[in-house]
Amino acid sequence: MQYKSQAVAMPYFIAAIAMFVGQIVFGLVMGLQYVIGDFLFPAIPFNVARMVHTNLLIVWLLFGFMGAAYYMVPEETETELWSPKLALALFWIFLAAGVLTILGYLFVPYATLAEMTGNDLLATMGREFLEQPLPTKLGIVVVALAFLFNITMTMLKGRKTAISMVLLLGLWGLAIFFLFSFVNPHNLVRDKFYWWWVVHLWVEGVWELILGALLAFVLIKVTGVDREVIEKWLYVIITMTLVSGIIGTGHHYYWIGAPEYWQWWGGVFSALEPIPFFAMTVFAFNMVNRRRREHPNKAAVLWALGTGVMAFLGAGVWGFLHTLAPVNFYTHGTQITAAHGHMSFYGAYVMVVLCLISYAMPILRGRAANSNKAQVVEMWSFWLMTIGMVFITLFLTAAGILQVWLQRVSDTPMSFMAAQDQVSLFYWMREGAGLMFFIGLVVYVISFFIKGEPRTVSN
Amino acid sequence: MLRDTTCPESRLVALRFPRLMGMNTRSLASPLPARHPVTEYRLAGDLAIWFFILAELLAFGVFFAAYAFTRANHIELFNAEQHALHRGAGAINTALLLTASYFVVRAVQAAERSAAAISARWLLGAIACGGGFVVVKLIEYSAAFEEGVSLSSSPFHMFYLSLTFFHFMHVILGMVILAALWQGARKGRYHPGDMNGIETGAAYWHMVDLVWLILFPLVYVIH
Repeated sequence: MQYKSQAVAMPYFIAAIAMFVGQIVFGLVMGLQYVIGDFLFPAIPFNVARMVHTNLLIVWLLFGFMGAAYYMVPEETETELWSPKLALALFWIFLAAGVLTILGYLFVPYATLAEMTGNDLLATMGREFLEQPLPTKLGIVVVALAFLFNITMTMLKGRKTAISMVLLLGLWGLAIFFLFSFVNPHNLVRDKFYWWWVVHLWVEGVWELILGALLAFVLIKVTGVDREVIEKWLYVIITMTLVSGIIGTGHHYYWIGAPEYWQWWGGVFSALEPIPFFAMTVFAFNMVNRRRREHPNKAAVLWALGTGVMAFLGAGVWGFLHTLAPVNFYTHGTQITAAHGHMSFYGAYVMVVLCLISYAMPILRGRAANSNKAQVVEMWSFWLMTIGMVFITLFLTAAGILQVWLQRVSDTPMSFMAAQDQVSLFYWMREGAGLMFFIGLVVYVISFFIKGEPRTVSN
Repeated sequence: MLRDTTCPESRLVALRFPRLMGMNTRSLASPLPARHPVTEYRLAGDLAIWFFILAELLAFGVFFAAYAFTRANHIELFNAEQHALHRGAGAINTALLLTASYFVVRAVQAAERSAAAISARWLLGAIACGGGFVVVKLIEYSAAFEEGVSLSSSPFHMFYLSLTFFHFMHVILGMVILAALWQGARKGRYHPGDMNGIETGAAYWHMVDLVWLILFPLVYVIH
């Protein structure tokens, strides 16, 4: 570790992994509820399990991004963090807010939670992914702003690199777009616009900048390729990302009451969204092929390559699959969407955070890389989780195609629930794949506890 | 990015596809020994900009294809509304963009002769032509809006506004790039040993021009 203050990243990474485990547990619960409807009812109804599953994902990724920023920025700016104490205080505040929110979801009926937390003062609750009570939302804003203040002050006093600028742009965008979660007009069309400005402009906009910056950082470290070259490609990729991603928001406007031209704008530009993802894959492989050093941390290199491929498949290919309006007319809100959501989140964001953790954690623990044994176990977890996710995606896609056919295309269309019954075989198989993913995650956690002689640069 | 002088990718591409890359043999920046004649050919500008240009062309290409398919379903409507467009304004803009491209070529050639001041003057001329394009386009738009043309007024109008506005934004970006080149040229940054920056920017500008050369006949002229 080059800078002492980088150590604040560690608690963020640990909390992120712990919440990741929680997220997957609730994913398994939900997966089972798809086929055994009253499983754990009334203790944990489906809607609560779903809320916990998605909210934990978002929160742990935010922990991961923040930890990554605290680790990367001192090294990029070549200076200590402006205030490590603030970073640590924010960690505890964010953790407390996150845990309280999840406990609130689990132990208080949602309507009561809304009453208790002042939703009547400013109604922001009840929308998918943005279910957080008002105090939590305000907490997220305060934590994000204080975090950004800390990072920005650090950058102002140190070296300014393209990677840290892209990261900062992404993080500021993340905070700014979240503000739309406070806008909740009665007009449903307008409501949907603001909602997408958080959800879409996060995952298909500013988060991609964070992804690009994290990936570029790790690639510089593990390959030793010139910063100049890596940063140049980062610029090209983020420009394509922003152009296609921002106008591509239009693919959410097809059926919400927006003018018809959005079907063209949304279709054309979101059809181009796979390009930056593909570029990122080529970029990652190209840089690794042109490496000038053999970094002892093979696991981090594997995650870096993996995130390129899986982000392209999950976000790029599976996104394209149903992004054109004539297709989306049939597939909207089916399991095709769920398939895309799973693989894209895993490929783009889960994997890049795990990549950064994989690279940084050994260094934070005082070694260049983990022992060979620990790395082998970590790579096993990579394959178990990744293959598990591929199968989750394939089974959900199959379920989705069948659902579209039975429910929307056939001459005698079925009702939603009747169609769900027909695709249950795929849900069972998805649950199996989910179990495989969970085993991979357990193996991942175990890999942190495996001792052995650390690998050094000379190896 | 524009100042990147070492471009290993360019050399790599040049070695793999010597003929493909022989688009500007005059601006030979880093000649290798004569026993390697294949390296006479090299990629003008940075490889990254060519990827970017390809992505841009793909975006326009998809839009053009969508236009073609929609036109096939509404031929009479498209014909009538195409007639109502201000073809004269389009023709003036075509002349302006072609002139700008010619000026950019002269600027690159001047930089190859290390004539920085002349190069900067040509670039300024190109920026002025770009500015002329913007003014003509704005006049055309305001006339169209007065006639009630909007994104929702008809399928043709949707494509007319979308395609021309998307291109319009590219002209503005191209002008920003030309302005950066102008600054660089005034500081004498481009010379036979370092042409990467100006060639990269010039390539982008030519793409903007090229797209218009397809867009103009497609939307304004061909019935």
